[in-house]
Amino acid sequence: MQLKYHVKTAYTGLRTNKSRSLLTILGIVIGITAIIIVMSVGEGAENLILGQIEGLGATTISIDPGKQPQGPSSYAEIYTDSLKERDIRALKNPSNVQGLRDLSPMVIQPVSMVYGDETERASVVGTSEVFADITGTYPDLGEFFTEEDVRQKSRVAVLGFKIKEKLFGLSDAVGETIRMKDQSFRIIGVFPSDSASLFSMDDMAVIPYTTGQQYITGTSHFNSMLALAKTKEIVPRVVADIEATLRESHDITDPDNDDFNVSTPEDAAAIVGTITTVLTALLGSVAGISLVVGGIGIMNIMLVSVTERTREIGLRKALGATERDILLQFLFEAVILTAFGGIIGIILGALISYAAALVLSSTVASDWAFSFPLWGAFLGFSVSAAIGLVFGIYPARSAAKKSPMEALRSE
Amino acid sequence: MRKNKNTMAQMPLVKVNKLTKTYKDGDTVTPVLHGVSFEIEKGEFVAVMGPSGSGKSTLLQILGFLDGYTDGEYFFEGKLATSYNKDEVAEMRNKKLGFIFQAFNLLGKTTVLENVKLPLLYSQVPEKEWDTRATRAIASVGLSHRISHEPSQLSGGEKQRVAIARALIAEPSIIFADEPTGNLDSKSGKIVMEIIQKLNDEGHTIVLITHETSTAEHAKRIIHIKDGNIESDTRIHEQRKASLNYIK
Repeated sequence: MQLKYHVKTAYTGLRTNKSRSLLTILGIVIGITAIIIVMSVGEGAENLILGQIEGLGATTISIDPGKQPQGPSSYAEIYTDSLKERDIRALKNPSNVQGLRDLSPMVIQPVSMVYGDETERASVVGTSEVFADITGTYPDLGEFFTEEDVRQKSRVAVLGFKIKEKLFGLSDAVGETIRMKDQSFRIIGVFPSDSASLFSMDDMAVIPYTTGQQYITGTSHFNSMLALAKTKEIVPRVVADIEATLRESHDITDPDNDDFNVSTPEDAAAIVGTITTVLTALLGSVAGISLVVGGIGIMNIMLVSVTERTREIGLRKALGATERDILLQFLFEAVILTAFGGIIGIILGALISYAAALVLSSTVASDWAFSFPLWGAFLGFSVSAAIGLVFGIYPARSAAKKSPMEALRSE
Repeated sequence: MRKNKNTMAQMPLVKVNKLTKTYKDGDTVTPVLHGVSFEIEKGEFVAVMGPSGSGKSTLLQILGFLDGYTDGEYFFEGKLATSYNKDEVAEMRNKKLGFIFQAFNLLGKTTVLENVKLPLLYSQVPEKEWDTRATRAIASVGLSHRISHEPSQLSGGEKQRVAIARALIAEPSIIFADEPTGNLDSKSGKIVMEIIQKLNDEGHTIVLITHETSTAEHAKRIIHIKDGNIESDTRIHEQRKASLNYIK
């Protein structure tokens, strides 16, 4: 018997029991739907985060003190004082690092900010005048501080959108004075809201780093540095130059002993990619359990169906069907069932993911985009068909073993 | 091929020799057939009669290649039944043997045409011939007007006529009918038996299993079975004539 008749016979058999067939595949439908949602939302989240990392600019390089953490025990080494003023001078020297466009040191400390009766706890970030250029974020009210402010250790601050609202409400902040660590700072600008960004400045106050070291942290080292390469292509060379310069400046010969760590958005993207892959796999395997349950359901119903159709099987054998014919008929029934369930699951999963993307983009992150992983759909379809094959083989074999004499039994 | 035909002409279509069948269920051994011997020639119309439990159904199952036997010999077209493997047996059932069942055994929610075509699905007959053959077979049992009906829309007699068309479609060497009128009222039963008789008149070999004398009377030869033995084997020419008169 040709393959197309097997498929046709199986399809006819399923259509004869429409409502039962639909109930049978419910487990598969739910399982595949769950997997598609996990994959689609996972990919959406990954795209969102990667987009934001890229938004930082592909030419942004961050330099952090301490070793690249290798495990939880080495995280403590992040807090070292290895980055100092002399490093800035060394790095800014073109004979050391070629192709560096901008470099800004950073000091960060949480402080209480006071305006009138209002007190808010927030981070104060000390940086240089090029910070706005590096991050691409400029105040929409007032202005950013200048090189002159850095040199003079001026007590000026640019406020993030949220901290401005908390302290000042709707009234104008530019020109007002707030207090941090018992020092008054004049507000010279306010950043626009960037709540969706991964590196939001909404809850920060930005001040010259010299001012920060003098009045806020009381230290001479930096918590971080941000550098900007002139073009994307030379980023790896700039990274290498920075590492060489810092090693020389810190008298380090063995790269394993580095007391600093240079990273690019690409490194961050790789980490995000790993995290989302692991999360997707984890959630996907939970959804996979429902597929196994669904498969067992299929096997169960197929066994009932085989028993119920003993007479039909006997008849087919009496009319010339071989064991292989019967085996294939029932196997195809199982595979068609599960593959159909898979298709429904893929469509349902895509629809629900799309709805979720609409909700997420209007609530959590405005630049959340719906993404539908095609390979996920392909995977879902193959997995569901495979389940039909695996869980259909046992009922199909028991059908093939039925005796043709069953057709002779009187009702 | 020609030589083969000649040999076939010389030997009986069916030959059983000291056929025995014993059912075993654990320690219980139930003998059903005790060494039955007979021959059936091509074109015969044989009725096998006997009370229930006599072994007539078991005999049909063995002759129809639906079940094996315990001892003795069964030759079909000169070839020993035990020499066929599973797939060859399936091919035999498909090509050489036609079955008419007491319970009709039509597929539900499937049209008369599709039901009749069912054996061709498992055959080597090219698909383009299927509809022509099925339509012809359906016409031969007088059901052309019911061709696209489903079994649930047919009367018992019509269902059995569909089953006869299905048994005919592969042009088998022999047709086995197991109590074909058992589930029918006497009027429908008569029509069905007339069709079966007509098939025999056209040259088909027919083996009929029944316990009703009125049904067996259509046959040319009656084999009586009792307790697994052949009690009598008679050729009835007068009755044959009588039934011919009845048809007129």
